[in-house]
Amino acid sequence: MSTITIREALNQALREELARDETVFLMGEEVAEYDGAYKVTKGLLHEFGSKRVIDTPITELGFAGLGVGAAMAGLRPVIEFMTFNFSILATDQIINSAAKMLYMSGGQFKIPIVFRGPGGSAFQVSSQHSQALESWYAYFPGLKVVMPSTPADAKGLLKSSIRDDDPVIFIEQERMYGNKGEVPDDPDFTVPLGVADVKREGKDVTIVARSLMVPLALKAAETLEQQGVSCEVIDPRTIRPLDIDTIVESVKKTNRVVIAEESHPHFGVSAEISAEIMERAFDYLDAPVKRVSGADVPMPYAKNLENLAIPDVNRIVAAVREVAYLD
Amino acid sequence: MCLFVASLIIRRFMSKQTIDAPPDLDSKQLKQETNEVKQRQKDRLRGLGRDQLIELYRQMLLIRRFEEKSAEAYVAGKIGGFCHLYIGQEAVAVGSISAIRKDDILLTSYREHGLALAKGITPRSLMAELFGKATGCSKGKGGSMHMFQKDLGFYGGHAIVGGQIPLASGTAFATKYRGTDQVTLCYFGEAAVNQGAFHESLNMAQLWKLPCIYICENNQYGMGTSLQRAMSLSDIWKKACAYEMASEFVDGMDVLAVREATARAVERARKDYLPTLLEIRTYRFMGHSMSDPGNYRTRAEIEKYQERDPIKLFSATLLEEKIVDNKTLEEIDRKVREEVEDSLRFADESPLPDPEELYTDVYADPIEPGRK
Repeated sequence: MSTITIREALNQALREELARDETVFLMGEEVAEYDGAYKVTKGLLHEFGSKRVIDTPITELGFAGLGVGAAMAGLRPVIEFMTFNFSILATDQIINSAAKMLYMSGGQFKIPIVFRGPGGSAFQVSSQHSQALESWYAYFPGLKVVMPSTPADAKGLLKSSIRDDDPVIFIEQERMYGNKGEVPDDPDFTVPLGVADVKREGKDVTIVARSLMVPLALKAAETLEQQGVSCEVIDPRTIRPLDIDTIVESVKKTNRVVIAEESHPHFGVSAEISAEIMERAFDYLDAPVKRVSGADVPMPYAKNLENLAIPDVNRIVAAVREVAYLD
Repeated sequence: MCLFVASLIIRRFMSKQTIDAPPDLDSKQLKQETNEVKQRQKDRLRGLGRDQLIELYRQMLLIRRFEEKSAEAYVAGKIGGFCHLYIGQEAVAVGSISAIRKDDILLTSYREHGLALAKGITPRSLMAELFGKATGCSKGKGGSMHMFQKDLGFYGGHAIVGGQIPLASGTAFATKYRGTDQVTLCYFGEAAVNQGAFHESLNMAQLWKLPCIYICENNQYGMGTSLQRAMSLSDIWKKACAYEMASEFVDGMDVLAVREATARAVERARKDYLPTLLEIRTYRFMGHSMSDPGNYRTRAEIEKYQERDPIKLFSATLLEEKIVDNKTLEEIDRKVREEVEDSLRFADESPLPDPEELYTDVYADPIEPGRK
């Protein structure tokens, strides 16, 4: 085990997969000579050369589509969006080309591509550079959507995503690149897609959290432990396909659930999880499902307003106490 | 390189109005111009064998007859959704594809039946796809706008205007990445040129020297909007200048002109990994799709272009040069009609996709959630 940051874990995953498979290449804005806008690709140009690590013009639709075409022809592109905010320009190629190609070609063209980069809330960059888009991508059959919350998950899931034969949306949390954690040294270490992880076991209330909300949910669970409430924290890690079985099993045990997310509440991932719990575990619920979501507004710039727009530990604690009927 | 591009562009610019331009609608010299086109076609015959010439004719006629029957089947309710016919544009598909190899890659838009036939997909497989049958080239999941056949290098019909252009840059990128020598042919209508995808792709293709030939099939209407109403600079071939890319303007009613221009572009792509933009001026004789009433253009305009019908023009040339006689042409027509009739029968008799197919091919690597 080594203790490294999420940034370093992602860098290791990219380095190992580039070394492992000649058909893997990395493409995006500033990924090569600049070493990556967030330094995730640091050193890779030097190690693998400009054939494998390619700087693009600022042309998101173009290089996303080029990546999908290269995948049609059998390569395994890893396309970096400097942030997922810019992937919005490329959605025609991600949705209409990558997600649907296998189906509409009657199974002839698989698209083994990873679109990766930072997403979710950033630090004081206002509305256009700070948003959570996972529910958009998770809506579409044909895509897989992955959101790691620890260095080990980041590394293991990225390696699995690159080896996967389908298009994967891999969203790294912009605020979490510096978070540290233990990562196995085994170069063959991977984490399978579609498997949730129980980050903390508990018996009174289930907290479903992903990405930035996982460390906050764990802190909330510590606080609640001192208040006599035992929380189970589940990180789905893969949003599509969603490991709903693990969530439902936990709810059957605790009978209470809070879903924490930084994205907008409406029509989002928490709404989907709530609906599935209602369909599959209604009779086990002792309280309505409670959601803790980002504010239903574009992200503001001012620090105090930004803090209000993103869920914090206190809001998660309050939600757990509410479903446990403690207040 | 710059000099080469410049000379190429200048050559086409200088020659545009006098050599390869299709008739101006206001021109009273239509007949004379048509004779000039025929003369040029006769000059281009040299170097091609009789069998090759007949095969070009046969393929164009196959597309024409296939599309005529597609229209009938659509009206009869056998074909659903949208159906964009290729009638009038046959010389573009047949001429360009005759200049490439079987292992070269092709992507196009939703007006794709003609290109699919020219690339070698069988009429049976295509008609079955149009009928939504399990035996279709996309197993009945794609329909008229999404035909694919990987082993023939047919990388699809794509139905978002311009969406195939970055994809084609990607297949060309893959060829260069692997160091092989396939070229990619990327077809699109002139309306796609206004999409960002076109400009983003051409910039990357020239910047990175990708072996892709961008073929604009300029049929002069984006659905009901004429080129002049939609494009500030309507000489599409000139847009390559913005990227220092080689380009040519080509008469799309002359199958041999298309073949020659494509061959020049293929040589650049195969030997030097260089892209080219071809503006191939053509005209569709039918509506945008089967549901188009066509109120945006006159009967007279269509008839003028039908004077330049690529199949009529080529058959006249072949007859005048005594390469074929009428009997041969009739025999070709009979065989082609039989082949199309056979495809209709095959499509009719083929089974519908199994209901279980609804949920197949969504993922290449399906994951049952929660299972490690």
